[in-house]
Amino acid sequence: MLRSICVLALTLGVSLAHAADIGQIKVAKGTVTIERAGQSIAAAVGTRLQTSDVVRTGADGSVGITMSDNSLLSAGPNSALALDRFEFDSTTNEGHFDASLRSGTLAVVSGKLAKQSPEAMTVRTPTTILGVRGTEFVVRVDVPR
Amino acid sequence: MCLARIFALPAALTLGVAGCASERVVLLPEQDGHPTAVVVKQGDREVLLDRPYAAAELTLADPWTYRATPADVESTFGTALAAQPTRAAHFVLYFVEGTDELTEESKKTLETVFADLEKRPVPDVLVVGHTDAVGTDQFNDALARKRADTVRAALIQRGIPGEDVVAIGRGKRELLVPTPDGVAEPRNRRVEIVVR
Repeated sequence: MLRSICVLALTLGVSLAHAADIGQIKVAKGTVTIERAGQSIAAAVGTRLQTSDVVRTGADGSVGITMSDNSLLSAGPNSALALDRFEFDSTTNEGHFDASLRSGTLAVVSGKLAKQSPEAMTVRTPTTILGVRGTEFVVRVDVPR
Repeated sequence: MCLARIFALPAALTLGVAGCASERVVLLPEQDGHPTAVVVKQGDREVLLDRPYAAAELTLADPWTYRATPADVESTFGTALAAQPTRAAHFVLYFVEGTDELTEESKKTLETVFADLEKRPVPDVLVVGHTDAVGTDQFNDALARKRADTVRAALIQRGIPGEDVVAIGRGKRELLVPTPDGVAEPRNRRVEIVVR
């Protein structure tokens, strides 16, 4: 019993190093920041993302993110994208992904979560919930200034 | 900008819009041609977008639908679409029975994996090892892991940082070609690679 726990711990060792990571910034242009736990941190190509991060782009900015279920999210200038919830079981492809676009423009290519279950992924805007049924789409939220 | 938007919309529809807030969603054609859809939900109201370029303007009064054009999409969403990361790529490498030695054919496939990796500025890679159904679970778990570790080492040797390559083994639990236990099947002796 003890031995099998040890083996399990060893097997999981590699993936635990990435346990908190839900995705990674693969493309970044201009100003891109992440709001995490009340702090604003500069983001760049390679930055890993966590649940509850809010990714923001400046007037000159754009950003492309690959999530660990292979979903792709990319945002244009003056955008704020919150990664509200991401749970993904890479063995069963089950879980949940909720993101919200607070402002700006967003392009989405859904990944394994939406393919596995039509209820698994949503994108929210200030007024609307978009249910993602295995799909590519774009969303814009214009906020009055 | 605000005025332009108001004039662009029929007057009746703009009445329900607070200030110039506006939201829009457009369904795009799927690259692989599969049927797709987005369900647009506002409270109790629900609108289904299920054709390429089907679009909804999400006013507070009522979502209304129309057909967008590729030119509309490009002018509003061009920058967001240009920032889209390269899609994930999948590769399968096969092994000589009972070993972590790649077949001759798969040595060539491994070169195409390296070529794909060069196109990605910050690749991350998942390597999953599998075996056929010959032998015990314990033997196959170790062999599957060894195959994945061997491929991981080859990727690291070609310059991919170790922290970006995750190797796991699934033993004989996920046969690509279902067989009874104990059956030798070359297509099951494999490592599956996902490059992102």
